[in-house]
Amino acid sequence: MSGEMLRVENVSRRFGGLLALDQAAFFAEQGHITALIGPNGAGKTTLFAIITGFLSATAGHVFFEGADITGLAPHLLARRGIARTFQITQPFAGLTVAENIAVGSYLHHARRADALAAAEKVAHEVGLDAMLGRLASDLTVAGRKRLELARALAIEPKLLLLDEVLAGLNPSEVRDMVPVIQAIRARGITIVMIEHVMQAVMSLAEQVFVLAEGRIIAMGPPDAIAADARVIEAYLGHGAAARMRGSAANG
Amino acid sequence: MKRLGIIALVVALLACVPLVTNSNVVLNFLVVALLIALVGQGWNVLGGYGGQYSFGHAAFFGTAAYTTGILQLHYGLNGWVGLVIGIAAGALVGAVTGALSFRSGLRGSYFALVTLAFAEVLRIIASVAPITGAGVGTLIKLDLRPEAFQFQSRAPFYWIILGFVAVSLLIAQRLEASRFGAYLVAVRENEDAARAAGIDVFRIKLAAMTLSAAITAAGGCFYAQYFLFLDAGIAYGPWISVDALLAPIIGGIGTVFGPLLGALVVKTLGEVTKHLIGDAPGLDLVIFGCVLILVVAFAPRGIAGLLRRRI
Amino acid sequence: MLSPVLLIPAVLNGVLTGAVYALVALGLTLIYGVLHIINFAHGALLTVAMFAAFFAYKLFGLDPYLAAVGLTPIFFCLGYALQRFVIGPAAHGEDRNILLITLGLAVVIENALLYAFRADTRTVNLPYGFSTIEVGPAFLSVPRVIGFCVVIAVTAALYLLMRFTDTGKAIRAVAKEKLGAELSGIDVAHIYAVTFGLGTACLAVAACLLLPTYYVNPHAGNAFVLIAFTIVVLGGMGSVAGALVGGLIIGVVESLCGLFLGESLGQIGIFVIFILVLLFRPTGLFGERA
Repeated sequence: MSGEMLRVENVSRRFGGLLALDQAAFFAEQGHITALIGPNGAGKTTLFAIITGFLSATAGHVFFEGADITGLAPHLLARRGIARTFQITQPFAGLTVAENIAVGSYLHHARRADALAAAEKVAHEVGLDAMLGRLASDLTVAGRKRLELARALAIEPKLLLLDEVLAGLNPSEVRDMVPVIQAIRARGITIVMIEHVMQAVMSLAEQVFVLAEGRIIAMGPPDAIAADARVIEAYLGHGAAARMRGSAANG
Repeated sequence: MKRLGIIALVVALLACVPLVTNSNVVLNFLVVALLIALVGQGWNVLGGYGGQYSFGHAAFFGTAAYTTGILQLHYGLNGWVGLVIGIAAGALVGAVTGALSFRSGLRGSYFALVTLAFAEVLRIIASVAPITGAGVGTLIKLDLRPEAFQFQSRAPFYWIILGFVAVSLLIAQRLEASRFGAYLVAVRENEDAARAAGIDVFRIKLAAMTLSAAITAAGGCFYAQYFLFLDAGIAYGPWISVDALLAPIIGGIGTVFGPLLGALVVKTLGEVTKHLIGDAPGLDLVIFGCVLILVVAFAPRGIAGLLRRRI
Repeated sequence: MLSPVLLIPAVLNGVLTGAVYALVALGLTLIYGVLHIINFAHGALLTVAMFAAFFAYKLFGLDPYLAAVGLTPIFFCLGYALQRFVIGPAAHGEDRNILLITLGLAVVIENALLYAFRADTRTVNLPYGFSTIEVGPAFLSVPRVIGFCVVIAVTAALYLLMRFTDTGKAIRAVAKEKLGAELSGIDVAHIYAVTFGLGTACLAVAACLLLPTYYVNPHAGNAFVLIAFTIVVLGGMGSVAGALVGGLIIGVVESLCGLFLGESLGQIGIFVIFILVLLFRPTGLFGERA
């Protein structure tokens, strides 16, 4: 019997005159993968920033495991079991891969030996074993994305927020990452992912929310979303859905 | 474990120096070099491991020196007790300035500026306040007894400052092997990523600054006991703030032995300059400034970094 | 204490002094606005300029106001060279390194002056050094009034430069968006050096304006530079208007503090403002979000 791990209720965010988020609301069921998609500039990363405490909301609330976590500082949320990756990877550039991941492991393992051992396990999970001794700045884009993921996993979260973890990867790299994410879900971790790579969203997500111009305009399972006229219009413009139907009818 | 062995070896070797030489010149040279190494290690904790560059470490040095000096002079307090209180005073100044600065989110150049300003304010106050002797300075009463933390010969002073430096080396070593140290380095590398990993960045920076100030403060108290004279320019002057950062940068920023290596280099340079060109005011600092620029330009990781590249 | 006979001259003198402070601050804020570095060597460079102006007078009998005409281009070149050939290359683009390098420069310059000229204080005695003109209840020192007018002129000239010349536009482009400027073909290293040169040139003018009424010694620049930092932080890093307004405010505050508290405590007043602004409003009055 799964409940809501994360509930975002009517969150709004204003930047001066710009309303970046307009009463956005969504939820993530425990143990499921929920995707947050939408055209560029829709406000997805802003929403993540608010959920993880890096930005304050102008209005609205965020609930985690039933408790109101709105406005709590990022490190406190991490301790409660919320982990996030950054859209533009934020490695500890001067440290090795092992040391990078260990920073996360230290949250639950106070001794250095334990933290490093735990970090090694996480590195294995994401496929970075070979790179443990290398500097984070030496990694390729794909490597950095895995490192980003590894650091998030190292804090042993209940909820994992992935911000475009597949962006910048070529198709074969994407294909390699998908099972990694599936394995994480199989371990019981709830995942919310912002993604543009549609093939991944379709194959991974159980529930999809669509954010456009700061508002949630649709929600549902992936295939329903793909056929939703409003979603198509949000991505391709006004009247696009009708044009597509029309050209399909004309053959 | 291996690192602890090296520390023990280095300290043991240095401890033998007074046994093989009676020369006051050598001992004095080493005492001052070790003093700079101590103050430099203090800076290294905050600047090297923590990545927060302070340009005003004199604030902690001077406060500790004046605290122990004034307590001894005006209130007859024992020198050793003065040491403890002086370190506490210096650490307190560090904690307060750190809390204010980090609460306001000051970083990088702004942080350097504010530390510079704090040190300058203290210097100006010390140069006019009656309790510090204003322009005349503070003379600590000569009382050559070990219980009063004063000694007839230099050797005991040498062993004491060596002891302080040994403790600071151990602290740095422990830092590198502990969670606190890993968190501190993480904050240096990327604050946002550190937050996301569960680190309370403010607390870590504040703790580092307080520890850094305490170590530097120990140096200030020692200075007071060894030289027995303080004035505003000595206690809070730029010379100590510059030495504090120069030693670790030259020797290897963010390493255990960097400050010690760098202090020896700095002191040697100073002496060589004096011998070659004479004791002119300002010349040594000119050399130091040039060295600083050269090191940053060509060897940003200092001597330790150059050594590491070879290995 | 509060009578207008005392207050008005204090305020007016504060405005005049503040104008020169503003000029020093202008150089600093220009450098920060474009290069995004805090030039810790600013004070030392001012001291060099003051020494240069002093020796121009002592050795060549050049009146400081005339010396400014020659010194300004020289110091522009000096600043240009410093940024282009020392600071830029040595920093490898890292902020922390720039901090250390400008600090290193400050230490080198100040102590080189100390070594060369000892710590003695020097002054010049100009025929008009003590003349005053009467404005209401105040007797304003002529050199300071001249200084005020020159500062206004220099600021106007800089404004015109920024607005209407190609170089000025390039500077503003680099300040706003370095990468874009680079992609548009602007030589960023050159523009950085030009900006640094302009900042140093401002110091040359300021030094000549200060010489008639101030002393010269290797630490003289320091006193001004902390004031300049306060002004820049108060007015907002990178804001020209902020430097001017901040300069005038600080000048008046210092004058009034000096009136009520005496010299040295007046200095502390400036530092306290500095620290308070850094802690509570680091973006200053006109600055952009840090």
